[in-house]
Amino acid sequence: MTHTHSEAHPGTAVIVEQLTRRFNNGPPVLDGLDLAIAPGEFVALLGHSGSGKSTLLRTLAGLDPVTDGAVTRPREVSVVFQEHRLLPWKRVWKNVVLGQEDKGIRHRAETVLEEVGLSHRSNAWPLTLSGGEAQRAALARALVREPAFLMLDEPFAALDALTRLKMQQLVADLWKKHGCAVLLVTHDVDEALLLADRAVVLERGRIRVDVPITIPRPRRHSDPGFDALRSLLLDALGVHAA
Amino acid sequence: MSDAITLTGPYKTAEAKGKPRSLRTLVSIRRYASPIVLVCLWQAACSLGLLSTRLVASPLQIAVTGWTLVRDGTLPFNLGVSLLRAGSGLGLAISFGVTLALISGLSRIGEDVVDAPLQVLRTLPALALVPLFILWFGIGETPKILLVALGATFPIYLNLHKGIRSIDPKLVEMASTLGLSRWQTIRDVFLPGALPDFLTGLRYAVGVSWLMLVVAEQVNAESGIGHMMMDAQDFLRTDIILVGLLVYGVLGLISDQIVRFLESALLSWRPDGRKGRTA
Repeated sequence: MTHTHSEAHPGTAVIVEQLTRRFNNGPPVLDGLDLAIAPGEFVALLGHSGSGKSTLLRTLAGLDPVTDGAVTRPREVSVVFQEHRLLPWKRVWKNVVLGQEDKGIRHRAETVLEEVGLSHRSNAWPLTLSGGEAQRAALARALVREPAFLMLDEPFAALDALTRLKMQQLVADLWKKHGCAVLLVTHDVDEALLLADRAVVLERGRIRVDVPITIPRPRRHSDPGFDALRSLLLDALGVHAA
Repeated sequence: MSDAITLTGPYKTAEAKGKPRSLRTLVSIRRYASPIVLVCLWQAACSLGLLSTRLVASPLQIAVTGWTLVRDGTLPFNLGVSLLRAGSGLGLAISFGVTLALISGLSRIGEDVVDAPLQVLRTLPALALVPLFILWFGIGETPKILLVALGATFPIYLNLHKGIRSIDPKLVEMASTLGLSRWQTIRDVFLPGALPDFLTGLRYAVGVSWLMLVVAEQVNAESGIGHMMMDAQDFLRTDIILVGLLVYGVLGLISDQIVRFLESALLSWRPDGRKGRTA
């Protein structure tokens, strides 16, 4: 068993090998998990609460240690969490370039805020943003680092339905433009079908289903090709659609 | 239409706008009327001999004495001495309090080493240390400044420590995924996040400083507002004592305003509703 966080070799952005994680000698949260994500691939990770998807994401983000198994990932990664996690005492553009200290950060911040459609709020305090705006700012903060691998941890779960639709469209556009590998953790089967190249269903720390989504883009919720995949995924999640 | 209701506010905007200016001035004057009337009654009671000037001087007498003390330099000199003591004490308290809070707020070992003794010490009434301080440091400036510093350190330390400890761990996690160094995290996350609590502590500390100063200057001093008042006591000069009280009151008020100003200047990122409500 290796215990590493190492650089990816060309051809694959992320490789997870035999990753096992348990807390306090309980049952394993991740159980010998294998997963590979190609550069530029969009993978949706589905699963019930407690299926281990958050633990996997935290491990990939470097927030949890690799104790058993191996993880290979690019150096440049970014995470967008369910909560925006903006610093309330820094203006939006300063949040976007937090931790970057060279010249030209202001310009980079403005460029990426323009991309997410938030340039008009660049000087605002985060506490004055709406939920959707704050999540756009969090996306901008993730993208300004030009990540090779972007992790999205249920980023739209706390948004209202209309805002969520807009944000899904925005993520689709940004992914197309930046071409980074994406891992989207979500509860929403339709969201996975709309955005991802591949859907992975996690159950008790193992991969239960791993299916490609080959429906041509741009996709619409009403696409009839979704039906079969939707039933397949819902079935894997233990929800039996009528 | 018996089930239809109309909801209206107690005042209609149009009427409020139409209110004559003189009436609004009257309303704002009403707030000050009651203290002014009280002072007039006090003056009347003194003039009519109902209140002995040996117990309490009349407002007019206080004003005259105040002016005399300003003109002969007694008040400015003693005020300067008092301000210097309170300022140095508070300055020391801020440096001690901030240093200790950073040590115990940012590391577990630091907390074990620093927090326990401070929590024990803080239960001691600082004023009870006056005799010990006089034995240790004599009767010069040192014990007075240190007494102020001792009293004011605790509110700074306790509030800042609480502020650092209550930073949302999710923000710290976010800083780590963005690759911020330890120093950048302290500068951009911990310190600004704890600033509201620090300012609350500062406001308490300023109040405590004046309290400690009053005691320190009345116990053993040769100058300062407190000494001026103790001197006046020997000569039954209630007017000078009251001038001293007035000065303490004004000083407390001004310093509180300064901290409030700091709060609104430094915490402009808060939504309006939460500003200035840290006390």
